Amino acid sequence: MKKVPVSFTLNGDPVTAEVPITWSLLETLREYFELNGAKKGCGVGECGACTVIVDGDAVSSCLYPIPEIEGKSVTTIEGIASAEGALHPLQKAFIENNGVQCGYCTSGMIMSAKSLLDQNPDPTEDEIRTSIAGNFCRCTGYIQIVEAIGMAAIESDRK
Amino acid sequence: MIDYDYKKPENLEEVFSLLKEYGPKATLIAGGTDVMVKIRNTRKAPEVLISLRGLEDLRYIRKNNDYHIGALTTHRMLEQSDLVKTELSALHDGASEVGSVQIRNVATVGGNICNAAPSADTSGPLLALDATVVLEGPEGRRSLPIADFFTGTYRTVRKAEEVLVEFQIPVEMEGFGSAYWKHSRRKAMELPLLGISVALKLSENKEISDARISLTVAAPTPIRAYKAEEFLKGKPLDDDVLRETGKIASSRDCCSLRDSLRCAAWYREKIIQVFVPRMARLAAERIKN
Repeated sequence: MKKVPVSFTLNGDPVTAEVPITWSLLETLREYFELNGAKKGCGVGECGACTVIVDGDAVSSCLYPIPEIEGKSVTTIEGIASAEGALHPLQKAFIENNGVQCGYCTSGMIMSAKSLLDQNPDPTEDEIRTSIAGNFCRCTGYIQIVEAIGMAAIESDRK
Repeated sequence: MIDYDYKKPENLEEVFSLLKEYGPKATLIAGGTDVMVKIRNTRKAPEVLISLRGLEDLRYIRKNNDYHIGALTTHRMLEQSDLVKTELSALHDGASEVGSVQIRNVATVGGNICNAAPSADTSGPLLALDATVVLEGPEGRRSLPIADFFTGTYRTVRKAEEVLVEFQIPVEMEGFGSAYWKHSRRKAMELPLLGISVALKLSENKEISDARISLTVAAPTPIRAYKAEEFLKGKPLDDDVLRETGKIASSRDCCSLRDSLRCAAWYREKIIQVFVPRMARLAAERIKN
């Protein structure tokens, strides 16, 4: 199978990789970079477990053809805590509000929420719900997750 | 094993020469949210994917005389555009209802239309807004009304060597109000059981001077309900008129409803009868003064 070289920014660092041309961004993150935070759920863009941020926008990395990542900037769940290891306000809020149960949806859920808060620091509950409408959680019933995102928005506001 | 080559042309000329070189072995891909899903689900891939994502100058929403929307415009851009929201409201409604934010961030309106699913959420609004489809091939450009673009389920008049480059919506639509209703069981990540778009214009004495109604999942392709539109013209916007319009739109004169795994024909008929009037009212409220 043909391989393709790609250069992009991953969690702030410039990286290069040479991977099969048919790989998705998700496969590249997990298999090549061994970043296993983004999960494979459905593999067809329906569940949101693979959500990462590309150039500021939340995308389903399972549907993102790897040749398209050239020159882009990718942020995954591994890249949102501070360099010193302090958790991101969203990560703290998910823990404090019991927004995590089995955890499989959590990294995608947080990346969708981060993309929302980066673009809209003071969202309404409706806007929060819309932002995670593509992230399926089969444990929590969503209430704690919506509350966690709301709390993180307030926390970020205070800073 | 899925295998394909992936080409990233930077302009239309390169796209045309790749299409010429690979012919039926190639498939065009834009956002990829239909093409990649099909490859995953069928485990079959074309020999070559030709990506249109490098054609950055086909991502735009402009109003100069008419409205111009580039084929590579994402659903998210349509959702977040104030111009679309206030002047082409049905298209805002439709684009905002597609998939999830993650999908809307990459999925393009050109792809939604070229894929030609009977359930496409932007097709009904574009029909009601009287959009023209602009296709470009090695021989040049041609335009046609979107009502003539779809030939069947997942089939269009686009020739293999052509690329859909733009949608044009006549400037007259600025005097219309419009609305789209996606009827589905969930609020997100759904396909419509039925889609209803209404665009209408009122005269000074509050009669309906012009109207366009379109239906999705009501036939093998998205359709205009011409007979219902004709009935509305010159009439007042009242309950009796709207009820009758809904009946005409749901009749065999306008559509061919069928039973499917997802919804029964009788229920689709009721949806049209209830939501044509509601969307007409909403469209009227949205007319700009």
